[in-house]
Amino acid sequence: MRRNPRELEKTHTVLTRRAMLLGGVQLAFVGALGLRMRQLQLEEADQFRLLAEENRINVRLIPPARGEIFDREGRVIAHNTPSYRIVIVPEDAGDVDKVITRLGQLIELDPEQLNRAMTEMDRSPPFLPVTVAEQVSWKDVSTVAVNAPALPGVSPEVGLTRKYPRGSDFAHAVGYVGPVSDYDLSKIENPDQLLRIPRFQIGKVGLEAKHEDLLRGKAGTKRVEVNAAGRVMRELDRREGEAGADLQLTLDAELQGYVQARLGEESASAVVIDTENGDVLAIASSPSYDPNKFVRGISVNDYNDLLNNKYRPLASKSVQGIYPPGSTFKMITAMAALEEGLIGPDETVYCPGHLDVSGRRFHCWKRAGHGWVDLQNSLKQSCDVYYYDLALKVGQDKISAMAKRFGLGVRHDLPMSAVASGLAPDRAWKRRVHGQDWLVGDTVNASIGQGFMLASPLQLAVMTARLATGRSVEPRLVKSVNGVEQPSGAGRDMGLNENNLRKMRRAMYAVSNDRRGTAYGSRVIEDAVRIAGKTGTSQVRNITAEERARGVIRNEDLPWERRDHALFVNYAPADNPRIAVSVIVEHGGGGSSAAAPIARDITLQALYGGPPPLEVYPPKDRPRIEAQQERLRNVLPLADTEGSGRA
Amino acid sequence: MSYLEYTVKSVPSGPRKILYLNWPLVLLLIAVACVGFLMLYSVAGGSFTPWAEPQMKRFAMGLVLMLVVAMVPIWFWRNMAVVAYCVSIALLLAVEFFGVVGMGAQRWIDLGFMRLQPSELMKITLVMLLAAYYDWLPAKRNSRPFWVLIPVVVILFPTFLVLRQPDLGTSILLLSAGGGLMFLAGVHWAYFAAVIASVIGLITAVFQSRGTEWQLLQDYQYRRIDTFLDPASDPLGAGYHITQSKIALGSGGWTGRGFMQGTQSRLNFLPEKHTDFIFTTLAEEFGFIGAFSLLGLYTLIIVFCVVTALATKDRFSSLLTLGIALNFFLFFAVNMSMVMGLAPVVGVPLPMVSFGGSAMLVLMVAFGLVQSAHIHRPR
Repeated sequence: MRRNPRELEKTHTVLTRRAMLLGGVQLAFVGALGLRMRQLQLEEADQFRLLAEENRINVRLIPPARGEIFDREGRVIAHNTPSYRIVIVPEDAGDVDKVITRLGQLIELDPEQLNRAMTEMDRSPPFLPVTVAEQVSWKDVSTVAVNAPALPGVSPEVGLTRKYPRGSDFAHAVGYVGPVSDYDLSKIENPDQLLRIPRFQIGKVGLEAKHEDLLRGKAGTKRVEVNAAGRVMRELDRREGEAGADLQLTLDAELQGYVQARLGEESASAVVIDTENGDVLAIASSPSYDPNKFVRGISVNDYNDLLNNKYRPLASKSVQGIYPPGSTFKMITAMAALEEGLIGPDETVYCPGHLDVSGRRFHCWKRAGHGWVDLQNSLKQSCDVYYYDLALKVGQDKISAMAKRFGLGVRHDLPMSAVASGLAPDRAWKRRVHGQDWLVGDTVNASIGQGFMLASPLQLAVMTARLATGRSVEPRLVKSVNGVEQPSGAGRDMGLNENNLRKMRRAMYAVSNDRRGTAYGSRVIEDAVRIAGKTGTSQVRNITAEERARGVIRNEDLPWERRDHALFVNYAPADNPRIAVSVIVEHGGGGSSAAAPIARDITLQALYGGPPPLEVYPPKDRPRIEAQQERLRNVLPLADTEGSGRA
Repeated sequence: MSYLEYTVKSVPSGPRKILYLNWPLVLLLIAVACVGFLMLYSVAGGSFTPWAEPQMKRFAMGLVLMLVVAMVPIWFWRNMAVVAYCVSIALLLAVEFFGVVGMGAQRWIDLGFMRLQPSELMKITLVMLLAAYYDWLPAKRNSRPFWVLIPVVVILFPTFLVLRQPDLGTSILLLSAGGGLMFLAGVHWAYFAAVIASVIGLITAVFQSRGTEWQLLQDYQYRRIDTFLDPASDPLGAGYHITQSKIALGSGGWTGRGFMQGTQSRLNFLPEKHTDFIFTTLAEEFGFIGAFSLLGLYTLIIVFCVVTALATKDRFSSLLTLGIALNFFLFFAVNMSMVMGLAPVVGVPLPMVSFGGSAMLVLMVAFGLVQSAHIHRPR
């Protein structure tokens, strides 16, 4: 097929024109691509470079070592010990179920922990290690290491775990740590990033919780390069964190151990304060529990046992428990009256065994009455009527104010959980809270530490220390933080009349050392360590007129919950006070029989810095005390283990 | 104008043909392929396996294939155009019907030594057939509706088959290359104006109808469009690829982060880093200079092809060469637009650089045709 040359020429021209046009469009597009490249790579380069770095670099936290806790002598109360755990990397393990079955034949695996591990494995990327066993013994670690070829992806890892070498002795004061929970996080505003680390341990109760900020320390960071799946490729740099502050407490671990053992399985509490500077030497609540169990994660059974125990081992009775102080409050009523000048030098009151106030009869504990009593005798024999009479003269508001000066109804800010403020009621309080007028009968009840009056063992110890010194002693639990001494709790002069204080001290001395004193049975015969104290027996029930008519039922015949609380407060040595002690035995019966002997033992133990010589006890007590010392030595297995650490 | 109308005495014959190759074009192709090897070596973390080495072998094979095709006279290829087209259609149909059963994926046919994507082959054979068609068709019939309808059907049939695979990228390329060839052949511009106007009208209608009762697309399709227009709105979902790709490009800066230092590709933030998104790795590691150089190489290849095409008096050769150049242009233009966030992610590889057998071999065959046209041009 021949075509004419003109037509050929024409088609070629069209082709060339169109090719040029299309080529021009293509060139324009290439130009657009070039411009886009310029825009992305040159103009916006900085921004994209930043984004690339953000992609690539991940900041990881390095958990700091938690601060350690020591007693006043530098003995370890809480420290971090290396603990071994077994982790498995699912990616390396291949058949995870088979490997775990094999592992289970070698070492014991906790099914609960295993379940947790399995769910964790499903959620996290396969290259992240998952813990299958915690707190593994060294023996199991070596078993796993030896069998490593048969256990792909399984490896032991070492970490730090909180340990409380003195077991239950400091459970209430120091508390324990545990893995941070969602509930914990919800309570904290703007939480530290550290808390987001899975199973990071924070203080849960007690000092561990209250001084969490000091103990935790600051997280270090390391910058790591990660790939798109989040796997760490390499570490770029790291900035070490700051270990938590070491705390030295005012507590004496040996005394604390003794007190805890002396209280035994009673539902009781005792506080020992250094009257000089307010240092809390021992603060015990019994029964106690082992905080180490909580660190690991306590089993449901163990926890339920603690919860259902009627002696409430979890409660920190020394600061949290508030009780009617009973007769131990009489010093306050008396001081209020003395400071008001309402008690003449030889003034006496007649006690017929009861006092009728606005048509109601208030009984003295001694039905027969004490006859004519003066201040000293009234305290010594704990005559109630004398104080009814005083209180009516002074008025409740003055008594309440005096109680607050002595630290009752005032919250002492110890770094422990649930520190209660107790109650020193006045007229305004009752109007505000109960919407009722204060009755004269309320005053009568409050005068002997009953009725609305409530105080914790700590507050009673502080009260006693203030009586002994005349200074507003404040309790102190933390002696130093990272070696920096904390402010002393010595306090200032309370501005009380020294003569009045002297009268009170003489009366208290009489309680413990006079033949007719209520605590004479728990006296000390060595002059250098004589005790001045006061018994208290606080009712937890109202004695009805009906009961009274049938005759007073003896405490021992009542069910435990309804028996009286036994209290005793004292300071010693009587002539040169060094320590103040308060003891409460819940539903223990009489203060002189249940609380005073314990207080005496604790006082002597504290003053002698160990078991006191038997000679300080009255001769007839010695065989019993000797047996008791022998017994307690055996209950104190921890006192000599775990050598002293640094201070 | 056809070869039958020329004396072919002056056309070189025998082994001497090799001297008449368009050598600059060959060197450009080798240069681009070397960029590919380098990048494949880099994205594998400094290793020839699994990508660089097979790619080199395939390129060697492709070079041989190109020479073989170049040695064969161009008129043979013109005569084979219809056959080649029919074979391609048959293969596409085979994929359509047997693809699932045979290979588990619908795009491939397993030839034993390699997997062939018939859609790749179709790009070349379509151009061949259209070039032959317009070579045969007297110019005055070019714009008559009937003679326009025939190439339209020829284009739309394979496009439809590819779209069903589904492979949106390739079908757009087929449509554009076919349309481009019709334009080059001299079909009246009014046809193109009409098509462009109606496409614009359709797009407007699609967007205008959104949210009304008569909306033309499903909601999820609109959302996909949204993601394309603003990838930042869904940075971890559908927009993830394009966002990461832009980060890689942008972080390259002027000179890049250095060979094998690209964090985006090395740490797997880039998707498909050895195939569709390989350009981002180049841009990240060699920066604007590297990326722009590759763009320059590509442009030079186009320019050489256009020059070759316009130099020959043979209409088939011209159309074929221009068509292949257009195809090549569409390849890299769509790919680069895609990774730079100018076009939706449709899955078009970067020619001669991306890892992949079919595309590279088919391109080498295509350049073989260009060479053949060059060697056997009427003198």
